[in-house]
Amino acid sequence: MIIKGIVHKFGNNINTDDIIAAKYLVTTDEKELGKHCMENIAPGFASKVNKGDIIVAQENFGCGSSREHAPRALKGCGISAVIAKSFAGIFFRNAINIGLPFLALKDVDEITEGDSLEIDLSSGIIKNLTKNQTYKVEAFPQFLQDIVVCGGLMNYVKQKKEK
Amino acid sequence: MGYTISEKILLAHTGKKDIKQGEFIEAKVDLALGNDITAPLAIEEFKKSGFKKVFNKNKIVLVPDHFAPAKDLKSANQCKILADFAREQAIKNYFEVGCMGIEHVLLPEKGLVSPGDLAIGADSHTCTYGALGAFATGVGSTDLGRAFIDGKCWFKVPATIKFIYKGKLKKWLSGKDLILYTIGKIGVDGALYKAMEFSGSVIRRLSMDDRFAMSNMAIEAGAVTGIIEPDEITLDYIREVHSSQSTVHRRKQKPWTVDRGRWTDLKSDKDCHYDKIYEWDVSDLEPQVACPHLPSNTKPVSSLKDIVLDQVVIGSCTNGRISDLRISAKILKGNKIKPGIRLIVIPATQKIYLEAVKEGLAEIFVKAGAVFSTPTCGPCLGGHLGILTEGERCLATTNRNFIGRMGHPQSEVYLSSPAVAAASAITGRITHPEEL
Repeated sequence: MIIKGIVHKFGNNINTDDIIAAKYLVTTDEKELGKHCMENIAPGFASKVNKGDIIVAQENFGCGSSREHAPRALKGCGISAVIAKSFAGIFFRNAINIGLPFLALKDVDEITEGDSLEIDLSSGIIKNLTKNQTYKVEAFPQFLQDIVVCGGLMNYVKQKKEK
Repeated sequence: MGYTISEKILLAHTGKKDIKQGEFIEAKVDLALGNDITAPLAIEEFKKSGFKKVFNKNKIVLVPDHFAPAKDLKSANQCKILADFAREQAIKNYFEVGCMGIEHVLLPEKGLVSPGDLAIGADSHTCTYGALGAFATGVGSTDLGRAFIDGKCWFKVPATIKFIYKGKLKKWLSGKDLILYTIGKIGVDGALYKAMEFSGSVIRRLSMDDRFAMSNMAIEAGAVTGIIEPDEITLDYIREVHSSQSTVHRRKQKPWTVDRGRWTDLKSDKDCHYDKIYEWDVSDLEPQVACPHLPSNTKPVSSLKDIVLDQVVIGSCTNGRISDLRISAKILKGNKIKPGIRLIVIPATQKIYLEAVKEGLAEIFVKAGAVFSTPTCGPCLGGHLGILTEGERCLATTNRNFIGRMGHPQSEVYLSSPAVAAASAITGRITHPEEL
């Protein structure tokens, strides 16, 4: 699967309160959540995102609360993938479970706001079309790939049950 | 090579013979928890997947505590989703308002978690039960929805970091100060996807309430759990819980372990592998305060004397326990809070509420000028009952001080122990209790 989009850059420790503030956790609707994505730290962010855009952040992306509304809000506002130096544990599992593509990349400092990226999820190759650079991330361990291939955790469990 | 306590518990919940750090496993959980924010999404996923019956109605716990008693119409809808699902599936461990309390204080109090358990909750502070010697961790709503189906959850076996606390804590110091100090030392990703294991003579002398406060904030260092080997203090707590009237909800207990040893045998092996070991003498430690906007931004209380406050909150899954209220009341007794300051005291459960009333603590709070609230997560996550507006500053015994956590993005939250919070409510600025 190929993802292409424009980069929105964020810093260290972007927590799930930043991604979606608790006051909006009264719905499970992704589109509705998406409207308020990053509101506290980047007002107007949701309206700047074009469908397919990519977030590039530093360490520990998605720390804090377990709210799965956070990756859902990212999806809901049109974000197609998140690239960061590292991800917080619960965000990591939530992203796997709901099928939000994310990549752990140490070279994020090479990428700047507004760059155009092309990500090949199957090979883990990220092309920076603006800077004419290529980065490579490691493939997920087999277990996680199995979940991703099934289209998320619930489908994975269903398929296992049906076998 | 031997196993850490965390590895032992995980191994015991898989059908496997061996387990390795970094390995992905699927394990059977003893308990799956959800609240009024996370469970509606889990229930939606469960229903969408076409399954009709939950795997075990006795192993699921639903607690409407975040926005409950319902703060508005949408929250009321979310709470109703829990109530309806509990009825439909005959889930007995659903706690309606009136029985409800903050989940991570309520579950141990009801005897729902025991040493050696593998517990998941769609709430990041599920790691609190690590204080009982359980492997407990926060997961997402889809994880919970999946656990509803087959009682299983996937895990990456975490490496463990051991923390050894030596020396003797000074007066006014608590588990909260120890964990704030620890997060300050290692950072908010200092234990990223690791298990934190708290040990040493200082931990062995800590009360369960203080241990819960420590384990509760393991997630604030990025940890998957914050575990403490069970000892006599743990067992006394469990015995008391089980002998009390409040255990009608409790599950049938099964004593640990892999080799059918006792709970007190549930320890890390001598030859287990630790990723890292920190050893600190905390005899000189001062009460700690985490400054905006990260729990790792900690400073000794004496360096923050000039920070004036608009609001103080005592409560939450970190510090809403009876000993937290007792020490706060001890400081507030006979005092008035500074005019212009709002003090909000929130006992974590109905049992604690009642104890606070019976012991006269509620009266002390009200006479001092505080409000004494019904149990709820309330303002901790910016829900209700004490939201901050632009430019306001709060000192809270809660666990997070992120931007906008308690309301307006231009408000500030400082984190401290209940003792520091109570003293600060009297002076109106961040204050060491010994100053009074």
